[in-house]
Amino acid sequence: MKKILLSLTALLPLLVLSGCNMVVFEPQGPVARSITDLINWSLIWMLLVVVVVFGLFGYIVWKYRERPENKDYEPPEEHGSTLLEIIWTGIPILIVIALTIPTVKTLYALEEAPKGYEEKEPITIHVTSADWKWIFSYPEQGIETVNYVNIPEDTPVLFKMTSASTMQSFWVPALGGQKYTMPKMETEMYLVADNPGSYDGQNTNFNGRGYADMKFEVLAQTDEKFNEWLADVKETAPKLTESEYDDLLKPTHMGRLTFSNTHLEWVNHADPHSKAYTNPELYRGHGYQGKTFEEEDNYKSNQPNVMENHGQGGHDESEDNHGGDHNEH
Amino acid sequence: MKAKITMEVTIMSIKWDEFFITGDPLILGSQIAIVLTMIGAVAGITYLKKWKYLWTEWLTTVDHKKIGMMYIISAVLMFFRGGMDGLLMKAQTAQPEMGFLDSQHYNEIFTTHGVIMILFMAMPFLIGLMNVVIPLQIGARDVAFPQLNALSFWLFFSGAMLFNISFVIGGSPDAGWTSYFPLAGKEFSPGIGNNFYAVALQIAGIGTLMTGINFIVTILKMRTKGMTLMKMPMFTWTTFVTSILIVAAFPIFTVALALMTFDRLYGTHFFTVSGGGMDMLWANLFWLWGHPEVYIVALPAFGIFSEVISTFSRKSLFGYKSMVFSILGIALLSMVVWVHHFYTMGSGPAVNSFFSITTMAIAIPTGVKMFNWLFTMRKGRIKISSAMLWALAFVPCFVIGGVTGVMLAMGAADYQYHNTLFLVAHFHYVLIPGVVFAVFAGLYYWWPKMFGFMLNEKIGKWHFWLFVIGFNVTFMPMFFLGLNGAVRRAYTYSAESGFAPLFMLSAIGSIILAAGFAVFCYNIYWSIRYADRNISSDPWDARTLEWSTASPVQFYNFAKLQEVKSLDPFWHMKKKNEGLTLYDSEIEEIHMPSNSWLPIYMGVIFGIAGFLLVFEWHIAAALAAIGIFAGLIIRSFDYNEGFHVKKDEIHRIENAWRKTEGEVHDHVS
Repeated sequence: MKKILLSLTALLPLLVLSGCNMVVFEPQGPVARSITDLINWSLIWMLLVVVVVFGLFGYIVWKYRERPENKDYEPPEEHGSTLLEIIWTGIPILIVIALTIPTVKTLYALEEAPKGYEEKEPITIHVTSADWKWIFSYPEQGIETVNYVNIPEDTPVLFKMTSASTMQSFWVPALGGQKYTMPKMETEMYLVADNPGSYDGQNTNFNGRGYADMKFEVLAQTDEKFNEWLADVKETAPKLTESEYDDLLKPTHMGRLTFSNTHLEWVNHADPHSKAYTNPELYRGHGYQGKTFEEEDNYKSNQPNVMENHGQGGHDESEDNHGGDHNEH
Repeated sequence: MKAKITMEVTIMSIKWDEFFITGDPLILGSQIAIVLTMIGAVAGITYLKKWKYLWTEWLTTVDHKKIGMMYIISAVLMFFRGGMDGLLMKAQTAQPEMGFLDSQHYNEIFTTHGVIMILFMAMPFLIGLMNVVIPLQIGARDVAFPQLNALSFWLFFSGAMLFNISFVIGGSPDAGWTSYFPLAGKEFSPGIGNNFYAVALQIAGIGTLMTGINFIVTILKMRTKGMTLMKMPMFTWTTFVTSILIVAAFPIFTVALALMTFDRLYGTHFFTVSGGGMDMLWANLFWLWGHPEVYIVALPAFGIFSEVISTFSRKSLFGYKSMVFSILGIALLSMVVWVHHFYTMGSGPAVNSFFSITTMAIAIPTGVKMFNWLFTMRKGRIKISSAMLWALAFVPCFVIGGVTGVMLAMGAADYQYHNTLFLVAHFHYVLIPGVVFAVFAGLYYWWPKMFGFMLNEKIGKWHFWLFVIGFNVTFMPMFFLGLNGAVRRAYTYSAESGFAPLFMLSAIGSIILAAGFAVFCYNIYWSIRYADRNISSDPWDARTLEWSTASPVQFYNFAKLQEVKSLDPFWHMKKKNEGLTLYDSEIEEIHMPSNSWLPIYMGVIFGIAGFLLVFEWHIAAALAAIGIFAGLIIRSFDYNEGFHVKKDEIHRIENAWRKTEGEVHDHVS
């Protein structure tokens, strides 16, 4: 037992060391801060539980361990104590209540724009996750970015999230919690950044070979800089075409892209009747390949010209994929 | 990019170059090792002329003790496989940007690690101990349906083998042990790896479901005279409640897997989004089974700790009644918490609040159990044997798992923990102390009952310390990695992330953990070779009925069925010195079930049909399935009534072990 405690204390310095810069404990916005407050509140109670149980455990095991002196000691017949049972049922109930109230409050608060920002007009950004990239569309501004998103500081941003492929999870730990992005469905999340800065975002829900590198950057800027950037994009960035978009959705990694229009013009993947872009041929890997099924709305029936170039185009893709071209590093 | 060489070897329209997994030295090595091991095993058994013995004593047995041992042996093998997967993952993440495994290989490994550890290690290990112990604890001569019990084992074994060959033949499943749709569907995983998941788990799951039914009936109908429900040992209680949970939860999994099979094999759209299916339906069904599943493995483990703590503190269990009600409370709550696995799905604050509260509520009965264990030890005389060490280490380690569980239960906070290594650390802190420590405690505790000799206590302590220290060093760093933004299931991470030192520490821990497991295997080897065979049938001075009979237990368990008057019946029998002697007049003929070849036949035919189904060779699979129905028909015309053990034989067997009684060798002091 002592050794367990020793090994635990040996880990304590590590806790302190890494505690200095653990992203969850360094919130950079009101949303993340409300979660961190909740976590800290729970940590106090949990530490209390740990101290009480560890203390009781150490005391009992040490005091009643078998020793040469007590070889003849015969433990008493004992069946329990109603009073003790009430105590150790009652106190945990109180602790659970103490944790439940702020949890429920926070759960409801997280659904709306954070306190103090209700007045400010939020900007809406559509998030579309694909294999293995993040697409951000600014419908009001009419621009689209891939694998990075710029937001103005101190402004609530409403992310409307969906997926063009599997299920992913959108997470920017410095700014707030995460939520799933799902095909043909829409989830919403508010985030606010206190200060200008760059924050890491990533997918946390496993979605195949390219999962580990499915990351993006959130860049919070001053209003001035943000508007400058918008104007710049409007002026210089190319237009995204439908066929370019089809390519974009293929399972690949890519760097950053910027466009001066959005794909929402022709498809919103949150719409339950939106067209599907899945193509099993692109996901063939090693091992024995099963047969796939043609859906009435799948990739083939959605591409009018697919009959002419499917043989060649599809073949090329699967060949590339076979060689593992997603591996870019 | 390397050039793609197109090579198609097609004989009988089977693509053999895809059939066998090629191109990876690790897998090639495994393939060679598997073939050599099989040749070695066949040659060895033939040389020793043990085929007949193997067939009559083990493969066709319906004896609950032998079936239990076969479960345990399979579980130890699967522990090795799952552990190797774990070590490979730790090696790959020991350093940033490591090139040891590519992402596909890593994905397959964490998938099989999860499935094997939960379904083919934890479950069979516990079911094995239940099989050995429960009939003995309730003073019965076998389970209610012995042949069904054998069938359960062979279906589990068949499913486990089918799942395990996937990495050398056909390709491993690679969508995580949860196999969430849409990823696990044909649209995103056209390879047959996930067919292995759907079919192998189905076969093993049917076996588990039958085990659940078998144990409910056994415990309700076969308790010895005087053993009322509230006089049952705690391990029997937990097994009973676990069996109810199995019967409540496994059909959900059976249905979900069947729908998955239809989606993948026949193009239906239950979960396939592009055809109008609901991907989250899979997540809901999976966790409707998956969360009770966690308690299906945790509850019997709690039962083992109760027995071990009570025996080695020389006290009856503190607060027996509240322990029973806690188990029932946990079981009930476990059915209404499944959404906490995906708070982030966006179900809305009302749903998330409800499930946060039910989940946190589980901490209350669990806390009650914890305090009752502590107070069982209080005023006791705690003998720190190997079995007891595992029970002791369980307390602090499980408390860490428990409090982090409460933290994860808080829906809003979970938005920051979800799918990170914090979560991974939490469930390893629950499942390793809660299940693995328990099966080790149970194995050290019941080993002499199973085999008539003990596992070495000194080597046992090495096993214990290496394993427990290794476990903490491996998983403690993951809490901090998770809080710093490290996600689960990622095959690599960048050097700039700053995760490297803690990942390295965790990798070092896993080596210590593996050393602990190696010492455990060595202990089994050492004890088989050298341990003292001349030990008492009650070496721990224990309290329940299984210790009142011979070690190893004679095949009919008890010459005379005991009458029980209180909790801890054997303890009181010893105190009052009554019921320990067997008189000639009490010996009667005993009716026992005969061996049967049907269970292993069904296991094999299910395996063959499953294998063909995995490869989508539907006609061949349908032909093999005729064999399954043939087995069912043969069984319905099976009028074998078993056999009777003659009085003389009982007399001889009982004399043999009762005579040596009294030469007690105390191995623990």
